[in-house]
Amino acid sequence: MTQYILIPLLPLAAFVILGLFGHIIREKAHWVAVPAVLLSLLFSLFTFVDVSRGEQVYADLYTWISSANFQVSIGFQIDELTAVMLILVTVVSSLVNIYSVGYMHGDKGYARFFAYVALFTFSMLMLVLANNFLQLYVFWEAVGLCSYLLIAHWYEKKSACDAATKAFLVNRVGDFGFGLGVLLIFLTFGSLDYLTVFTQAPLHQDETLNLLGWVGGNWQVSILTLIALLLFAGAVGKSAQIPLHVWLPDAMEGPTPISALIHAATMVTAGIFMLARVHTIYDLSPIAMDVVMVVGGITALFAATIALTQTDIKRIVAYSTVSQLGYMTMACGLGAYAAGIFHLLTHGAFKALLFLAAGSVIHALNGEQDLRRMGGLKPFMPTTYWTFVVGATALAGIFPFAGFFSKDAILIQAFHHGGLGRVFGWIGLITVVMTAFYIFRLIFTVFHGPSKSAVKHPHESPAVITLPLMILAVLSIVTGWFPIPQFLSSVFVAVPEPAEGQAMWETLIPVLSVLAGLGGILCAYLFYVRAPQLPKRLAQGILYRLSFHKWYVDEIYDRLFVRPTVNMANALWKYMDVEIIDGAVNGVAELTRDWAMALRRIQTGQIQHYALYMAVGAFLMISVYLFL
Amino acid sequence: MIPLSYYLALSSIIFVIGLVGVLIRRNLIIILLSIELMFNAANINFVAFSHYLQAITGQVFVFFVMTVAAAEVAIGLAIIIALYRGRATINVEEISLMKW
Amino acid sequence: MTQLLFFYFAGVIVVTSFLVIGLKNPIYSAISLLVMFFHVAGLYVLLNAEFIAVIQIIVYAGAILVLYLFVVMLLNVKREERYQHQFLLGLFVGLLILTEVLLILMRSTFSTETGEYTVERINTLGSTQAVGQVLYTTYLFPFEVASFILLVAMIGAIVLAKKGILEK
Repeated sequence: MTQYILIPLLPLAAFVILGLFGHIIREKAHWVAVPAVLLSLLFSLFTFVDVSRGEQVYADLYTWISSANFQVSIGFQIDELTAVMLILVTVVSSLVNIYSVGYMHGDKGYARFFAYVALFTFSMLMLVLANNFLQLYVFWEAVGLCSYLLIAHWYEKKSACDAATKAFLVNRVGDFGFGLGVLLIFLTFGSLDYLTVFTQAPLHQDETLNLLGWVGGNWQVSILTLIALLLFAGAVGKSAQIPLHVWLPDAMEGPTPISALIHAATMVTAGIFMLARVHTIYDLSPIAMDVVMVVGGITALFAATIALTQTDIKRIVAYSTVSQLGYMTMACGLGAYAAGIFHLLTHGAFKALLFLAAGSVIHALNGEQDLRRMGGLKPFMPTTYWTFVVGATALAGIFPFAGFFSKDAILIQAFHHGGLGRVFGWIGLITVVMTAFYIFRLIFTVFHGPSKSAVKHPHESPAVITLPLMILAVLSIVTGWFPIPQFLSSVFVAVPEPAEGQAMWETLIPVLSVLAGLGGILCAYLFYVRAPQLPKRLAQGILYRLSFHKWYVDEIYDRLFVRPTVNMANALWKYMDVEIIDGAVNGVAELTRDWAMALRRIQTGQIQHYALYMAVGAFLMISVYLFL
Repeated sequence: MIPLSYYLALSSIIFVIGLVGVLIRRNLIIILLSIELMFNAANINFVAFSHYLQAITGQVFVFFVMTVAAAEVAIGLAIIIALYRGRATINVEEISLMKW
Repeated sequence: MTQLLFFYFAGVIVVTSFLVIGLKNPIYSAISLLVMFFHVAGLYVLLNAEFIAVIQIIVYAGAILVLYLFVVMLLNVKREERYQHQFLLGLFVGLLILTEVLLILMRSTFSTETGEYTVERINTLGSTQAVGQVLYTTYLFPFEVASFILLVAMIGAIVLAKKGILEK
C-alpha cells in the first residue's frame, strides 16, 4: 500500500520543498523535481505490474468529512484503468520535467515552474486515483488551478494573464455543471463513493426528476441522464469540447512544456477519464451517450477545419488536440470506452511529442512561433525533424504507428454502432484527411522550402531536449502495439456487438483510414512543396476566412457573454457600489457630522446658559413626575 | 396657628427668586448671593417641617446646611478672587473659554 | 399675634429677596441680604427653633455676609448693567417652576405622624440641648464629616486665593 501512496506524495513533497525554498534553490530546482517524478514513475510501473497480475485496490486512506449522513474519505481505487492512467501521467510528466531543464534554462521563475508542475502532477495523480466523487471534483479543480498558474507563468505578459483567466473561467462554466452533477449524485444515492454509486446505479434507472416542478409545470427527466449530462458538462469544459473549447488555443501562451503536459496529455484527458470511470451511469442513459457522441464528433470536425489555416505553430497543434479529444469523446459516447482510453494513451505520446518538438523549433528560432517566418530547418535540426515526422505520421494514423491502431478502433466502433454512429464514422474519416493535411502542412512549411526566418544559423537543441523527443518518438510507434483494449476489458462492459450488417467495416476501416491519411499528406505535399502559390489563390473565399477566424466563436462569446457581464459589472460598480453603498455609508457619516455641527452650538461656554438648561430640565422632570 | 403650607409657599417663592437671580445676573458675586437665597429657602422648609412634625431632625439638618453653605462661600469667593486676578473681570458673560 | 409677626417677616423676606436680585450695586444687594437674614432668624424664633435662629445670625449674617463684603470691596466692583440677555427667558422659567411647585404643594398631603420632640419638650429641654441631644448621638458621623468639610474649605480657600501658590 505504501508504494501506492508514494506515487502522488513524491510530487507533492517536491512542490512543498520547491514552494518553500524555491528562492534559495533557484537554478537547482530540477534536482528536486525530476527525481521525485521519476520515482513516481517507477512506482507506477510496479503498480502496473501488480494490476496486470490481478491485484485491485479499493481503500480509504483517511476520513475527510464525517458529518451526520455525509461521509467522504480520501481514498484510492486502483484497477486497470487507473494503472494505465498512472503510467501516462508519470511518463509524460517525467519527460516534460527533463525537457524543461533545457527549455526553461535561465528563466526567472525556474523554481516556481517546477514547483507548479510538481503540484500539477500530484493533483492529476490524485484525480486518477480517486475513489469518490468529491475527491475527483477537488482535484479536478486543482488541475484547473495549476493550469491557470502555469499558463500565466510569464505573468508580466498581459496576454498570458488574460489567457489564464479565460482558461479558468471557461473551465469554471463546465465545472459548475460538474458540481451540480456531484450534488445530484449525493441526493440520489446518499453517498459519493464510487462503489456505492456504481453498484446502486441500475436501481435508479427509472427514477425521474421533475425539472419544471418549481414553476408548477411537469417535465420528467431521468435522473441518471441528468447526472450524466451534468458531469459531461464538466468534461466539455475540461477537455475543450464545443462549445467550451475556446480556452485551449489561448492556453498556448504558456511555456511549451506545459502545453505538452497539461494541454495534450493529462489535464485535458481528465474529462475522458471521467467519462470512462463513470461509464456505469452513462451505459444506463442512451440519451446522454448520444449527446456525448454528437458533441465529440462535431468537435473533431470543427477543430480540424480551423487547424487547416492557422499560422501559429502551437495553435495548429492545439486545435489538433481539441480535434483528437473529440475523437475520444465520441468513442465514449459510442460505448467504446476502451477504444477511447486507448486513443488517449497513444495521443498522449504523439501529441506530447509534437508539442515538445514544436518547442524545440521555437527555442532554436529564439521564440518565433509564426509559420510564415520559418522554413528550411531540416538540414539544421535533423533530430527534431525526424521525431516530428514520427509524431505527425502517428497523428495521421498511418500503419504501423500508434495512431493507426487507436483511431481505427474508434472508427470501427462508430460504424458498428449503426444509425447515427455511421454518420459520425464518415465525419471521422473526413477529419482524418484534414488532420493529415494540416500536420504535414506544418512540417513542409517549417522544415522544407526556403528559409524566411531572421535566425540565419539555427542549431539543434541540446540533449535534454532531444532525448525526451526521441523517447516519445519510440513510444509513438510502439504504444499502438500493446493490447490495451483487452487489458481494460475487465473494467468496462463488453464492447457492444456490431449492428446489423456492419461487420464488414472491421476490415474496411483500416484500409480507408490509411488511404485518407495518405491522401491528406499528398494534398499537403502538393500545396506546399510542389505548388506553393496554390494556397494563396485558394485563400480568398468565405470558407477560408471562417476557418482562419476560428468560425468567429470568440467574437460571438464576447458579444453574447463577456460584454454584457462586463457592462453589468461596471454598472453595478458605478451605481450600486459607488453611489448607493458608498453614498449610504458616507451619507451616514455626513448626517452625523451635520447634526454634530448643529448640536455643538449648545456649548456656549456661558455658565448661565447651562444653569438655564438645568432649571428647564428640572422643571420637565418634575412635571413628568407630576402628571404621569 | 400658621398652617404649614404658608411656610412652604414662602420657601418656594424665595427659592424661585434665588433661581431667577442665578439665571439673570451678570455679576458673579450677585450670583453667589442668589445661591445663598436658595439655601435659606431650603432652611426655612426644614425648620417648618421640623416644627410641624415635632421632630428635631430638621433643625439638625439645617445645622449641616449652614456648615456647607459657609464652606461653599469660602471656596466660591476664593475662586472669584483667583478669577479676577487672571481675567480682571467678574462678568460671567466674558468668561467663556469653553465655547465651541 | 403670631400671624401678624409671620406676615411681617414673610413680607420683608420677599421684598428684600427681590432687592437682592434686582439692585445694581452689589453692596446694596449684600445689605438687602443681611436684612433678609435677620428676618429669617425671626421666622425661626416663631417656629420655636431659637438655637437655629442664633446660629443663622452668627454664621450667615456675621460671617458669610462679612466675607462677601470684604470681597466686594477688595475687588472694587463697580455699578454696572444689571441684566444678562437671557433676562426674559430666566424670568419665564422661574415663573414656570414657581407654578409647578405651588401646584405640587396644593396637591400633596403631608404626613401627620408626630415625633417625640413636642413643643413642650423642647421648651423644657431648651432648644440647644434638644438639638445637641440628637446631633451628638444619632448624627455624630455627619457631624465629624462636616468638620472635615470645613477643613477642606479652609485649605482650598487658602490655596486658591493666595498669590503665587499655584505657579510653583
